[in-house]
Formats: sequence, C-alpha cells, structure tokens
Amino acid sequence: MARIVGGICTSHIPAIGAAIARGTQNDAYWQPFFAGYPPVREWLAEVKPDIAVMIYNDHGLNFFLDKLPTFAIGAAPEYRNADEGWGLPTLAPYPGDPQLSWHVIESVVAAEFDVTSCQEMLVDHAFTVPLALLWPDRSQMRVKTLPIAINTVQHPLPTPLRCYKFGAAIGRALASYPKDIDVVVIGTGGLSHQLDGQRAGFINKEFDLMCLDAIVSDPRALTNYSIHELVELAGTQGVELINWLVMRGALTGKVTKLHSHYHIPVSNTAAGLLLLENAA
Amino acid sequence: MATAQKPSQDIPGTVIFDGKLAIRGYALNKMCYSFNEAANRKAFLENEDAYCAKFGLDAEQRDAIRRRDVLGLIAVGGNVYYLAKFTGIFGLNVQDIGAQQTGMSVEAFKAKLKAAGS
Repeated sequence: MARIVGGICTSHIPAIGAAIARGTQNDAYWQPFFAGYPPVREWLAEVKPDIAVMIYNDHGLNFFLDKLPTFAIGAAPEYRNADEGWGLPTLAPYPGDPQLSWHVIESVVAAEFDVTSCQEMLVDHAFTVPLALLWPDRSQMRVKTLPIAINTVQHPLPTPLRCYKFGAAIGRALASYPKDIDVVVIGTGGLSHQLDGQRAGFINKEFDLMCLDAIVSDPRALTNYSIHELVELAGTQGVELINWLVMRGALTGKVTKLHSHYHIPVSNTAAGLLLLENAA
Repeated sequence: MATAQKPSQDIPGTVIFDGKLAIRGYALNKMCYSFNEAANRKAFLENEDAYCAKFGLDAEQRDAIRRRDVLGLIAVGGNVYYLAKFTGIFGLNVQDIGAQQTGMSVEAFKAKLKAAGS
C-alpha cells in the first residue's frame, strides 16, 4: 500500500525562480532565505519519495476566468511549464503518474469532492519553484508528480474548512492505493503577502508565526477562519494558506515537525517553510 | 463553522476579486492573459490601440492601460495575476507595482517590506 511519509509547506514566489536562474542564491539578499532548505533536501534524499503531490494555485497560466475550477487534479503523463509573461525561464516537463491520478480522482469524487480532471495541465511557478527548491539538481530528481490546483484567483474561494476536508479525502485516496510507494504531500504558497491595492506590501509576522505552529499542532483551529478573515489577516495572496491546509488534511498519522524556517522579505512576501513527518 | 463573507469594503486598501469584478474586467483580463505568449506581447507593443480594440476594452479600461495605472486597472476589473503579465511587458515586477500603488519610491517600498520582519 502507498504510504504518506510526510508533508512540506513552502512559499513559491517567482523571484526565487529568478534567483535560481541567475545563480544568486548566496547573495546577501537571498542567503537567509535559501539557508532554510538544506535540512529538507537531506530528509528527501534519505526518504526518497516516489511521488510528490503538489497542492498549489495556478496564477493564470493553465486556467483563465472562462473556465476556472475550484479544485483540479492533473491526470497527465507529464506536466509542461510555459512562459508566464514576465521572464522566468521555461523548465523541462515533470513526469506524472496517470494511474495514481485516476485512483485519487475516483476516490475523492466518491467522497463527494467533485473535482475537474486534467489530461493536459500547464504548471506555473507555484509548482516549479518549490520543486526547484527541494530538488535543486533535476538530474537527480526521481520523483513523479501529481498536481492539484486550488482556486485562489476568483472569489468565492473554497473555505479553509473545505480545503482541510479535501486534503483528508486526498490522504484517504493515497492511503488506499494498492502499490507499494512512498508519497510526500507539498503545499505551496504563502505566507502573508498582498500584491494589489493601496495595502500592497502588507505582511503580518505575528499571524504567520501562529500559523506555522497551528499547522503542526492544531490545524483545525485554522479552519475556523473565513476566507475574508484570512484576506484581512494574511493579505489577498496570503490566502494561499488554504493550500497548506489541504496538505495538512492529507496527513492523518502521527505528525511531527522536523524543521521550519521563516524569513521576511522575499520580494513582497513573508516566506515560510515547514517539514512534517507523518508516521503510521 | 466558516462564517459568511462580509462585504469587501471592510478591509482598507483591499479589493476582493469576486464575480462582480470578474464580469467587469473580463475583456481586460483576457487581454492580459494573452500576454503569456511572446508573440502577443510583441503585437501589443507594435500597435496598442489595435490590440486593445481586438479584446473589446471599454474607454475606462483603455485609458488605464494607456496610463499603466495599476490601481486604475484594478478599479475597472483587472485582477493582479493577469495585470502582472501586462506590467511585465515593461519590466515592472511586483515591488515596482507595489510602490506605484502605495505612492512610494521602490526603495521606500522595499524598506517597508524589510521592516515588517523586525
């Protein structure tokens, strides 16, 4: 049977991808951010997961407002990256696992989460930047991917509680997969940031630090917030915390924090990182 | 249980991009979405009027595009994820547009972000 070995949350700011492309990870601005990642890479090298389930939000690469699913699951043999319009280099495709994807789709729909399935799905920086942070050497990256996109673009967004429950359904789906594989679930985005409006540049350190604790020990408490409250407390884009809640919902075993990191600022954002072990 | 959404006017300096704005900004956002492709960015730069007309922007949207005015574009239904593809054409990143929207210099805006960590 498949095992969920752990969960990771990480910010996915495009500027990180630009810093990686330029090779400026050790510059004074970037070093305090990238310094958070080696312990997670070491854990991944030890655990060697077969699958990375990527819980992220598309920012207008694959989905437009003509058809915008609340929850979408990739079911493709590979996922292509493409030009997002502002200069990040296009990265090589990421391998998928359609058989596992369809197992998850069938399982979550049976559990009343009526997802959109995608046999073609372009993946943007919210998918590629975390993978570049976690597996910096693509030639050594053996993991296959399963992208799950959450709508954070157009309101109404799914509630934090709904996202947590969706994560639990994904966790049950993975746990019932008959193949002997190890899975890591990765929630991307956050923490507090706001790109638009006169409040652009809003960051809420106190709220972020509370979330970094609560995601580990009391995720249910975070599901009491409404989307409107999350926007107020974390910013219009800080609402990406719902991706972290989907990830956390999927971890149903004994969850232990192995590592965390927090740094302000990366571009307009407070960057957060968490590594959680999920023991049976 | 999650509570019902309150009116978006509650949060100062913040716009909730909902169905009403999605209707208002559809043509504008559709044009900005097209800027994912380099050929479309080039076509816009070659003939801005023709490109905006092709997507059916109204006079207010056309004016805000002409002024590269992010707050103005948001007011006429622009969503920041698509607008970033528009401002990217001119090499403006989210810190540049953050500075523009808050009326600060880019350096002052960056200093404000850094101060949020202390």
